[in-house]
Amino acid sequence: MTPTGTVTPTGTGTLHFLQGNEVCAEAAVYAGMRFYAGYPITPSTEIAERLAWRLPQVGGTCIQMEDEIGSLCSVIGASLTGLKGMTATSGPGYSLMQEAVGYAIMAEVPLVIVDVQRGGPSTGLPTHASQGDVMQVRWGTHGDHAIVCLSASTHQDLFEIMIRAFNVSETFRTPVVVLIDEIVGHMREPVRIPDAGEFELTERLLTSVPRDVDYHPYFPREDGRLPMSHFGGEHRYNVTGLYHDMWGFPSDDPRVTNDLIHHLMNKLENRKRDLTFTKEWYTDDAEIMLISYGASARSARHIMEDRRAVGMRMGLIELQTLWPFPGELVRERCRQANYVVVVEMNMGQIVHEVKTAVDRPERVFLANRVDGEMITPVDIKHLVRVIQGKGI
Amino acid sequence: MAVTDYLRRRFMPHIWCPGCGHGIVLNSLLRAIEKLELEKNDIVMISGIGCSARIQGYVDFHTMHTLHGRALAFATGIKMAWPLLKVIVPMGDGDALAIGGNHFIHAARRNIDVTAIIMNNSIYGMTGGQHSPLTPCGDQATTAPYGTVDSPFDVVRLASAAGASFIARTTTYHAREMTRLLAAAIEHRGFSVVEVLSQCPTYYGRKNDAGDAVAMMEGFRDGTVRIDRKTAETSDGDPGRLDGEAAGTPIGLFRREERPEYCEAYRRRVVEPAMAAGRGESETP
Amino acid sequence: MERRIEVNRNWCKGCRICVAFCPKNVLELDRKGTVVAARPGDCIWCGDCEIRCPDLAITIVREAAS
Repeated sequence: MTPTGTVTPTGTGTLHFLQGNEVCAEAAVYAGMRFYAGYPITPSTEIAERLAWRLPQVGGTCIQMEDEIGSLCSVIGASLTGLKGMTATSGPGYSLMQEAVGYAIMAEVPLVIVDVQRGGPSTGLPTHASQGDVMQVRWGTHGDHAIVCLSASTHQDLFEIMIRAFNVSETFRTPVVVLIDEIVGHMREPVRIPDAGEFELTERLLTSVPRDVDYHPYFPREDGRLPMSHFGGEHRYNVTGLYHDMWGFPSDDPRVTNDLIHHLMNKLENRKRDLTFTKEWYTDDAEIMLISYGASARSARHIMEDRRAVGMRMGLIELQTLWPFPGELVRERCRQANYVVVVEMNMGQIVHEVKTAVDRPERVFLANRVDGEMITPVDIKHLVRVIQGKGI
Repeated sequence: MAVTDYLRRRFMPHIWCPGCGHGIVLNSLLRAIEKLELEKNDIVMISGIGCSARIQGYVDFHTMHTLHGRALAFATGIKMAWPLLKVIVPMGDGDALAIGGNHFIHAARRNIDVTAIIMNNSIYGMTGGQHSPLTPCGDQATTAPYGTVDSPFDVVRLASAAGASFIARTTTYHAREMTRLLAAAIEHRGFSVVEVLSQCPTYYGRKNDAGDAVAMMEGFRDGTVRIDRKTAETSDGDPGRLDGEAAGTPIGLFRREERPEYCEAYRRRVVEPAMAAGRGESETP
Repeated sequence: MERRIEVNRNWCKGCRICVAFCPKNVLELDRKGTVVAARPGDCIWCGDCEIRCPDLAITIVREAAS
């Protein structure tokens, strides 16, 4: 089972100068996404604008719905019929989607949601940088659940992460959230759009059960995957947000409900290794280990290179998978570090996961900024000096 | 095919209370589908939450039980992704017009080819008898112990203003007419709305001294006036406002007009030109 | 053509709708509260009971005589 596409760096393709939001759109089209529904919201709107123009060119459908709730619901519907589907929004819109996120988890519907974060709570700071939705992505919808959340800090990475997001969602029949921020979303930088075939794309696993033979849409194989039959196609079945049996019909039989919730959790939590994507710099000898993601990781990388140049042993783990949190990897890499500094633009969200993961949580510090401005390399440098007792 | 062949018989008898009008809607709907000789595999039924939404569990089509009020949004995605499917969305009055009101008017505005059936029993039944946006002003409900203060929507006028291209109202008493209207609505290309006045003897009837199911259906018989074709045409634009309004609730077919259907319009006006133009060299729209 | 009123006794909930709207007073509820065709000879096969049954428990069976 290969849930993710593998990269063959052939260097071919075409070079573009795009916004991160446009990269999301182009990568989604590359990944085979053919149904998009969305509602305008800053700072994600360019994704919808690009796709309204781009999707029909490849025979796809892009619809502007009446709100974010309707957007995600219609993506779920389209995805069940067999199309790869996606929506994009920002924090307030993502809040509205939470009920449908739970539905997609329960009904095991593959789809991708891009959340271009803005400052919160509430309408917050629409055009400013923030990374405050990390925990909303983890726990936004009610009830126990597992969720996959990926992130990226550069446009080239973002292109690949988007493809991985679709591959993961199709492999595990689950919604995948791509969590970027206003900076990555609105910044322009060069990006190479690879030729077709450079990335391996995961297509939907379809059932081999022939027509008129009893098909169990919700009977997982041994590897946890559920072969699908396009909804509306040759097998008639039921889809529901209620606990359900293997035919998709509601059930409150304790054995059925127990098995289902464990299946929904385990299919992702037990495959963390397949779902963990990181980028690492100097993690073998780092005394000060930075951990960051999204736009913050750009500043972290900058200061890490800067400090390395003056001989400081600084390293960086850029998390491209935020959920399920790669705790074991973080613990392993941080074992020899004197200090761990989590760089994020919120009041501290991933930092708690890091503290839970590492052997010495008292050595974990937060370098953050929450005023709507991007955290700078200097901000991180100041914190590191304070930690080291050198003053600012 | 017999009407009951469209049922998932293993789940019968259904969960609805004795005398519940929703069963009559199920009955008429299956007769309409039988009359149209539709294949089970061609039909998708998408429902939301509530007593009405349970109808989807009993029919042997592609069925989806979604979120409260959101059935039309799910249906929009399914229909756009697979326009050949017949999409039927049964909804309750609260489901369609309170929590789902926004999706309702927008589906109507787009004129997407979906059949919306509003099973109007003037009450939230599944949660035990709360007032809905279709509960007549002054009526009793568990959340209106002094009578409701809110004015109800008129579904026909609402659908008309929102742009639905097929609008009808009927009752469970008029089951034969309901079958005819539902068949016509399913055949119609565009957004079709059929409001069915349905009885909830358990909550609405008991709270409002409306009697049992039979008495409530007699109320539909005696409290409605059938609009004729001429009236429907002359009252267009405000189809609910009829001269005979004082005599009762108007029922019948209020509107059936040809307007560009959404999926087809999207294909013709967006996808085909875009595909013909190709991607080109341009990097921006 | 042979015709008869068939009642699915497992589905009938005894709501009395068919009894009340039968134009020929053919139907009634038995002691268990389930509908029965008490006077089938009076039936004019209008089908009103069949189409208004909320439980889909009544079927007018029409068979060509063998």
